[in-house]
Amino acid sequence: MTREGTMKVDNPYEPGLAKIADIRLEATGERAIKTFRLEFLDKEIQKNFTFKPGQFIMISVLGVGESTFAISSSPTQKGYIEVSAMRYGKHTKALHQKEIGDIVGVRGPYGNNFPLEEWKGKNILFIGGGIGQAPLRSVINYCIDNRKDYGDLNIIYGARTSKDLCYKDEFAKMAKMDDLQTHLSIDVEEEGWEHYVGFVPSNLMRLQPSPENTIAITCGPPIMIKFVIQDLLELGFKDEQIYTTLEMRMKCGVGMCGRCNIGNLYVCKDGPVFSWDQIKDLEGDM
Amino acid sequence: MDSLILQKEKLPDLLAEIATKFTLIGPKEETGFTEFQELEDPTEINLDYLLSRVPPKSLLFRQTETLFTFTKGKNIKVETPKVDPGKRIIFGIRPCDARGYDLLNPVFEGRKEGDYQDPFYVQRKNRSTLIGLSCNEPDKNCFCTSLGDGPASTKHLDLLFTDLGNRYYIDVITEKGEDLINNLSKLFSKATDEDTKTRNKVEKTAVSAITRKMNTEGVVEKLNGMFKHEYWGEVAMRCIGCGICTYLCPTCHCFDIQDESTLKEGGRIRVWDSCMHPEYTHHASGHNPRPSRMNRVRNRVYHKFNFFPRNDGVFGCTGCGRCIDYCPVNIDIITIINDVKEME
Repeated sequence: MTREGTMKVDNPYEPGLAKIADIRLEATGERAIKTFRLEFLDKEIQKNFTFKPGQFIMISVLGVGESTFAISSSPTQKGYIEVSAMRYGKHTKALHQKEIGDIVGVRGPYGNNFPLEEWKGKNILFIGGGIGQAPLRSVINYCIDNRKDYGDLNIIYGARTSKDLCYKDEFAKMAKMDDLQTHLSIDVEEEGWEHYVGFVPSNLMRLQPSPENTIAITCGPPIMIKFVIQDLLELGFKDEQIYTTLEMRMKCGVGMCGRCNIGNLYVCKDGPVFSWDQIKDLEGDM
Repeated sequence: MDSLILQKEKLPDLLAEIATKFTLIGPKEETGFTEFQELEDPTEINLDYLLSRVPPKSLLFRQTETLFTFTKGKNIKVETPKVDPGKRIIFGIRPCDARGYDLLNPVFEGRKEGDYQDPFYVQRKNRSTLIGLSCNEPDKNCFCTSLGDGPASTKHLDLLFTDLGNRYYIDVITEKGEDLINNLSKLFSKATDEDTKTRNKVEKTAVSAITRKMNTEGVVEKLNGMFKHEYWGEVAMRCIGCGICTYLCPTCHCFDIQDESTLKEGGRIRVWDSCMHPEYTHHASGHNPRPSRMNRVRNRVYHKFNFFPRNDGVFGCTGCGRCIDYCPVNIDIITIINDVKEME
């Protein structure tokens, strides 16, 4: 059996083998972030592996384990997929030790996606924090590659320090584009920093974006998401104009292992993308 | 197909014949407990049991399962192990446990075309014929009747045996069951109207022997408004988080996945897991969405009596009573649901 847009799934737990084609160091330090470019060894799988922004994959370092990552590249970038992984637990530490040319297991894509078809003709406001920028990067590059389909693109992005900001090269390129605005921030003053200093929600309130014909997508630490949503509502955004993507510990990725539920919803198959309208009244452990 | 009668003295012949044609699985006494096992010797079957300690969900959803094996190094490869292709007869399963499969089906088989399926569960299920055994003498904590079932319920069974003293009455429920009967020697006779009357009387007596009642009416809606109620803290005070209620539940399906390997090769292994353990939801970041026992006890009750009904239209409970029987601190799901109904 094959599913549209994915690999063979006779055994959904069995990963396809993929080569690490490139590694970029995004952030250094104790919680380093690396972006891994992955190419399936089987050309047939690579060709058939299609996904939409917002979906996630499971990556395995065989013998160590498996964990969940938002796909951070755009489906308009063909021939590979990219994820950005923070060095944190046992498995991401093992992944960070991998080198270009090493083989990992990949299965997916799983979960729902951002409804980019429905958003054609709308302005999109991106509000990201730290590693939370990964799923937003997929949407941003998708919108850039389909530029005429979308209105104004505004990207608010912040991290603790300038060293913790991901995708620095891409932000440098975007800064030169005249049909897109970036608004970077860091939490604490640094010498030579030319952009905003302060938390992401404060940067949002300083910019006062209009909710008119606009969709806002936010992803970052839970506390940031909480304040961003409060602020967006204050700015006049309606519940159904606000989207976020959630994460929970997962094992199977396909709705069977049970652990990623928030109330009656499973993040792996009912999400990870939710509108605020869908989850504002959801009573569950988050 | 008409109902049948099997004289009890012919049961050994029936089991012996089944064992030559199929893998025979049935309840067997071991170290003081009854467990479902492959029976090399059909006379080892114990049909006087009431409930096996571990529910026979383990026959389809195994306690540990190798999801795939892998070799490491330069010639890295992965391979899915084959499920034993033999046809299996699961003999003597209780109706509540068969109903457990009915609740596991949407999880492992998917709910609609295109949903992911668990190949191990599905293959084992397709290769199994289920022969049920009515409960003539239910236990003190049996409450299947509160969940719309009964001691002679036929849901998910292919055949149902009812003990009528010197003979078994056999309800033929599915085509699979009929095929099995046709595939076996002529050990059966047709049931008479008198036999049917006796069978129904036995069932009625068994139903009336179930004394404990869970009041499930309107509980889904009631729970919708009780998520933040202090009652959950109260229930959780007693819980020691051992997880026995979930391991022994015929409907609990949660699992963990771990790698086991040497330097050269290994496998990815699935094992039963429990939402009663804090590690179950613990993120690598340190965050835990269900940090306290209150969250975990509440999640278990909600999963069975709110989330499952909202998602699949059925309660995630068959009324088997194991979680009450085996709880070391006497937490009682019947009392909890009846309390919920009374809560302000």
